[in-house]
Amino acid sequence: MSANGSGIGASVKRKEDTRFLTGRGRYTDDINLPGQLYGYILRSPVAHANIGGIDTSAAAAAPGVHAIFTGSDMEGVGGIPTGWLIHSKDGEPMVEPGHPALALGKVRYVGDCVAIVVAETSEQAKSAANLIEVDYQELPAVASIEAAEADGAAQVFDEAPGNVCYDWEVGDRAATDAAFEEATHVVSIDVVNNRLIPNAIEPRAAIANYDPATGDYTLYTTSQNPHLIRLLLGAFVLGLPEHKLRIVAPDVGGGFGSKIPHYAEEAILTWTAGQLGRPVKWTCERIDAFKSDTHGRDHISTARLALDADGKFLGLHVSTKANLGAYLSTFATCVPTYLYGILFAGPYTTPAVYCEVKSFFTNTVPVDALRGAGRPEATYLLERLVEKAAVELGMDRVEIRRKNFIREFPYQTPVALQYDQGDYDATLDLALKASDWAGFEARRAESAARGKCRGIGISTFIEACGIAPSAVVGSLGARAGLYESGSVRVHPTGSVSVFTGTHSHGQGHETTFAQIVSDMLGVDFEAVDVVHGDSAKIPFGMGTYGSRSLAVGGTAIYLAVEKVIEKGKKIAAHLLEASAEDIEFENGSFTVAGTDRSKSLGEVALTAYVPHNYPAGLEPGLEETAFYDPLNFTFPAGTHVAEVEVDPETGEVEVVAVTGADDVGRIINPMIVDGQLHGGLAHGIGQALLEECLYQDDGQLQTGSYLDYTMPRAADLPSFNINHNTTLCTHNPLGVKGVGEVGSIGVPPAVINAVIDALRPLGVNDMAMPATSQRVWQAIQQAQG
Amino acid sequence: MPTVTMTVNGMERSGNVEGRTLLVEFLREHLGLTGTHVGCDTSQCGACVVHVNGTSVKSCTCLAAQADGAEVTTIEGLANGSDLHPMQEAFREHHGLQCGFCTPGMVMSAVDLANQNSDPSEHEVREWLEGNLCRCTGYHNIVKAVQAGAKAMGGGS
Repeated sequence: MSANGSGIGASVKRKEDTRFLTGRGRYTDDINLPGQLYGYILRSPVAHANIGGIDTSAAAAAPGVHAIFTGSDMEGVGGIPTGWLIHSKDGEPMVEPGHPALALGKVRYVGDCVAIVVAETSEQAKSAANLIEVDYQELPAVASIEAAEADGAAQVFDEAPGNVCYDWEVGDRAATDAAFEEATHVVSIDVVNNRLIPNAIEPRAAIANYDPATGDYTLYTTSQNPHLIRLLLGAFVLGLPEHKLRIVAPDVGGGFGSKIPHYAEEAILTWTAGQLGRPVKWTCERIDAFKSDTHGRDHISTARLALDADGKFLGLHVSTKANLGAYLSTFATCVPTYLYGILFAGPYTTPAVYCEVKSFFTNTVPVDALRGAGRPEATYLLERLVEKAAVELGMDRVEIRRKNFIREFPYQTPVALQYDQGDYDATLDLALKASDWAGFEARRAESAARGKCRGIGISTFIEACGIAPSAVVGSLGARAGLYESGSVRVHPTGSVSVFTGTHSHGQGHETTFAQIVSDMLGVDFEAVDVVHGDSAKIPFGMGTYGSRSLAVGGTAIYLAVEKVIEKGKKIAAHLLEASAEDIEFENGSFTVAGTDRSKSLGEVALTAYVPHNYPAGLEPGLEETAFYDPLNFTFPAGTHVAEVEVDPETGEVEVVAVTGADDVGRIINPMIVDGQLHGGLAHGIGQALLEECLYQDDGQLQTGSYLDYTMPRAADLPSFNINHNTTLCTHNPLGVKGVGEVGSIGVPPAVINAVIDALRPLGVNDMAMPATSQRVWQAIQQAQG
Repeated sequence: MPTVTMTVNGMERSGNVEGRTLLVEFLREHLGLTGTHVGCDTSQCGACVVHVNGTSVKSCTCLAAQADGAEVTTIEGLANGSDLHPMQEAFREHHGLQCGFCTPGMVMSAVDLANQNSDPSEHEVREWLEGNLCRCTGYHNIVKAVQAGAKAMGGGS
């Protein structure tokens, strides 16, 4: 493989772009089916209440209304399942309460689905929903971890005493305790990882259809993983076999984790379409998206780091409390455990690590994966703590990191993972140089001359991506495998269709995967199309999340191409009257080794479909499918440096520079990779400085619109300085690692470390996320007394 | 229901709408022009930006009746046949889009800026895009695309 004009390593312009740029994308809300009705979901306005009764009579008589269904109508239909069983320290399985798609007897968060109204128009459905009388008998609510664990707290579920879902641990507690006994220094930190709302710009939407003639159901939905929705909706909720349920996730306008879960609305819509025998369409309004799309993060943690006299890390002890919200969403339970606790070695040789996580039910929106999912939370804690250790020990904050770097691979961490490859010094050196770390004090002085406080912060991190080896995750409680499928169909005249079980909602798979196939088969990039997002077209799939699409899905495609080439060699050998072992394939030609006798891929493909002169016993056709189950996670790593300038008069923080030095494995399309980094960095800076989901004590969502929840805007961000140092993943053939989540994992601690660095001369030694101007100003005032 | 008539992408289009019908609803649901998107309900995200009489407007905040008699351009009306508009081409060239959902509004907003300023600075672009949210790109490449597109337009669309 080599970098040609459109092959691996080239910044090919994206195949997707023309349709998006000309308004011809086809998102779920752009789809209309003949005879469709419109559904409106009535949601609970209160956080916790018994439902005394629901009177739908006035609504049912409203103009255009076809049907109204409530929880009692769907009683007997399966509840919304969760995908990962966690066991507590004592070996007991987590508490796993039911999650009825439409609330049954009780509502548990503001936004809980109470009824669906189906009418001729969306306006009629919404207007009629306002006529439904629900007798909410309000109960005390718990809207935070602190409230959930308080003595006498209201119970979200009777079967979960103390609102605890599980109390989990990873690592060797005794060894970690012993490390602290040997320690010269112990550094402690308390951190909160602020709750975030994902806010993909496309709101969720769905259209369900039932065909009475065939008994087939079709659901168009805004999903990152259509086959996973088919599995959960079909097998667990509605009891439909796979061949009777088609899930289509067409163009999807961003996901960031919030479009992984199987949502109640998908079940309600599909079931309703079956009841009515007509298509039913639902489009979430943004105001409802805030209170029904899964939220992210929301941890409270305390941690201690044990060090020897030289600053070598001896042990790390982490205690975290996590908020799961009112129901267990699809990946909710694994995010604060197996995507979090196992990250605490970071890039460091800390020999003893222990992490315990207690997760709570609260009367808030269910919490699930959000860009990074567990790994940003771990990285933030670790990099804040390492920074604090450097300050307290009087060490250089770069040198304390360098002193503890892992340099020998493979490296078995004390928290389950085995890193296959990396070069943490290289990305650190690159970041220091690219950020002009050495020249910072001059810039600090220049800012000071203007009355500004300048600070610089660093974070060195690893992630675990390429989710995931099925046997490993199965042993840890996953209820599905996490392999991926890829199919490659070479058509009779040599063009190629590629089918992937991953889903592209901004990542550019249609381009990147076409580059791989084009490069491997030696066919024109334009002659390769990538098909995704339709369970009727793709053999199978687990979808896109955890930076897995290229490492797992791309590898499946790679293996399918290899199978195509192997079959092609047999056909070419027959045509060339040679042995298949003597055939070499390069640049689209099958050649008899050491000769100039060759057949093009096109000739071989045509022969495969017009097999008049064909090897005996070989099946016609040239199409292959591969399933790839990864051998290990992949471990992208890097260093992020943030530089901020704080106005001490107002507390306003300006991010003046962000430098990334990342090792994401082999890069297929540098333009797309850098774009993924940019987006992740913006998300991470948003968490560090702007974004925070707030609930009132009674469970009312305070930040329920774009007017109240601060999204990063163009003027809030700088341009980014992106750099790469590549080591190849050792266990997949492309050597790729993943890039989608890097920015949101690495940069938040760098930003907060920079803010604290800026304010330390003013006596400020701690800062919570988001470092809003109000919070920064208050910290300065307090420090100044 | 009142009838509205407007010129949309160069063609005269009419429809019967309710008084409360928004311009974006008229475009998407009556005319089938689904390139204009709805991302929020508080006029914050800018996915719905179109041009009304040559100026960028959030079509979720404008009644269809208000556009009666107006010249409306949507993202579908920007390219010249199969030739992309210079701003569309700049977004493609500079990877100024990922999921594509905010893109129509971004491009329409950017064209309005470029009509007023053929060489906007990075700061001017970032300030101009105050009304357009993107969750994918971190704005880095959007800013580059808008600057390049404005130059390519040479002071006019």
